[in-house]
Amino acid sequence: MNELPGDLLYTNDHEWLRREGDGSVTVGITEHAATSLGDLVYVELPEVGQDVDAGGEMAVVESVKAASDVYAPIAGSIAAVNDDLADDPEKINADPYGDGWIVRMTLSDGLDESELMTPDAYQELLDELDD
Amino acid sequence: MSELIFEKSRGGRRAFAQAPVEARSLSIPEQFLRDDQPRLPEASELQTVRHYTRLSQKNFSIDTQFYPLGSCTMKYNPRACNALALLPEFAGRHPLGPVSHGQGFLTCMYELQEMLKDVTGMKGVSLTPMAGAQGELAGVAMIKAYHDARGDTERDEIIVPDAAHGTNPATATMCGCTVKEIPTGSDGDVDMDALKAVLGPKTAGIMLTNPSTLGVFERHIKLIAEMVHDAGGLLYYDGANLNAILGKVRPGDMDFDVIHMNLHKTFSTPHGGGGPGSGAVGVNQRLLPFMPIPVVTKREKDGETFFDWAAEDDIPQSIGRLSGFMGNSGVLLRAYVYMRMLGRDGMQRVAEFATLNANYLMVKLRDAGFELAFPERRASHEFIVTLKHEAKDYSLTAMDVAKALLDKNYHAPTTYFPLLVPECLLIEPTETESKETLDNFVAAMIEIVRAAKEDGVQYKEAPYKMPVRRLDDVKAARELNLRYKPE
Repeated sequence: MNELPGDLLYTNDHEWLRREGDGSVTVGITEHAATSLGDLVYVELPEVGQDVDAGGEMAVVESVKAASDVYAPIAGSIAAVNDDLADDPEKINADPYGDGWIVRMTLSDGLDESELMTPDAYQELLDELDD
Repeated sequence: MSELIFEKSRGGRRAFAQAPVEARSLSIPEQFLRDDQPRLPEASELQTVRHYTRLSQKNFSIDTQFYPLGSCTMKYNPRACNALALLPEFAGRHPLGPVSHGQGFLTCMYELQEMLKDVTGMKGVSLTPMAGAQGELAGVAMIKAYHDARGDTERDEIIVPDAAHGTNPATATMCGCTVKEIPTGSDGDVDMDALKAVLGPKTAGIMLTNPSTLGVFERHIKLIAEMVHDAGGLLYYDGANLNAILGKVRPGDMDFDVIHMNLHKTFSTPHGGGGPGSGAVGVNQRLLPFMPIPVVTKREKDGETFFDWAAEDDIPQSIGRLSGFMGNSGVLLRAYVYMRMLGRDGMQRVAEFATLNANYLMVKLRDAGFELAFPERRASHEFIVTLKHEAKDYSLTAMDVAKALLDKNYHAPTTYFPLLVPECLLIEPTETESKETLDNFVAAMIEIVRAAKEDGVQYKEAPYKMPVRRLDDVKAARELNLRYKPE
């Protein structure tokens, strides 16, 4: 497993967030999540403009092993989705923090970073799972 | 790959056993007659026998190999059950024949209902669902019907533990309910705090498998039942793992309101190929009015007792008719014969030996160095080994071990289920295996891991000796292509 990108925030559900300059955030699943699921074969994306609650289901990633919901880490609305994933879901496996991004969201309220995990805290969670 | 039977076909070739008989003149209206001949293979009798015999030889089966496929209960199905279910008086019975001509069959069905009530502790049984999934659907539909009949129409949440079979959330959704998933504690039992947090005025019920898919008995079941009932919800028992508790513990005594039983699985029908099944449902007192129909009932007329179908008139609040006649009657007859052969004591021995075999195999594997997912728990009829360290240190995944086992002539255990245990094998030996078989399986497991650790053997292409090698399941999922197109 590669080192976690230091500029991202993480969730218990193995998702990551990148703060974009314009106040929006980009969301994807972590390398750990992608590796655990195995090769992805299908991604179901939300509609642009859709509102999502914090913790609500907003996308589905499916591998040959399992289908798994992707939850909105914070409340907001979907500003953009990564349409490339429809044809190339494996981008999530190949580049989970880059080309494998899933949605971009504009936030209803500000970003409360205390609700999310720092790279160090997320690394600790991964280490625990490893034992 | 071998030829399809269609590729062997030559125009005009006939199998004697399948030679056409002179068509009886049936007055079928012109518009329903087909214009051209159906595309059927034309092969000789010997070609056909060889073709299907070869196909069967390529298959893994309980008749030929140990089949520890967790959650599936691949046990031996006594030949007697099949032979008796095939008696011409059963097999040749016309479902629309008069009830007076079917008293033998109806007697068997009535007694089967009674025996299932007894072994599960429920008050009523309907045999009509034709598969486990249909039994589940019937179960949750009855829960909904019960709340609706009381005017309690806001209850639309079904609680499902994260270890549940995928059919549970699917069933709840099909019944128009919202699924509330709750996590499992590290000891394999339901997280009680999480349960408490989701219970409320919208709770319709909870779906539980006990023993759970983690292969452990839910120890807080009485408390869970109390909490769910106090919140106004009902309890649904997924009978997938009934084999572990048969005749020992009864879902009715655990305060479940409705259960389904996979008769094809626990009670002697070869299964696993999507063939005919039976998802009979059992209910307690409060769900009796909602049972799916038909049900076999006992009636009296002129001082004579006879058996008859109970349908819409008898059960007006029924959730409805789930099969035209009596479910899959062949499966039901096999279940009946199996239960009669075992008797009450035999039924308990099924559970005892299923559990003994699982615990023996679990301890042998643990002692050989395999990591158990729930080491502090006793197994029910199945248990979970996790290969997360082997996967990390030697790149030996659960899938690699599963495929390597095929080359050693064992069917693979269930892989990657339940999802909450990484790199897992779910192993269910069943009661019908000998100690020698279990010992040989342990030896095969040890050898697979030893070769990977010491000799650096990689099983990425395994199986090597099977008629079909490792499939590219990712490509198959991404580029699904199932249809045979003739030239």
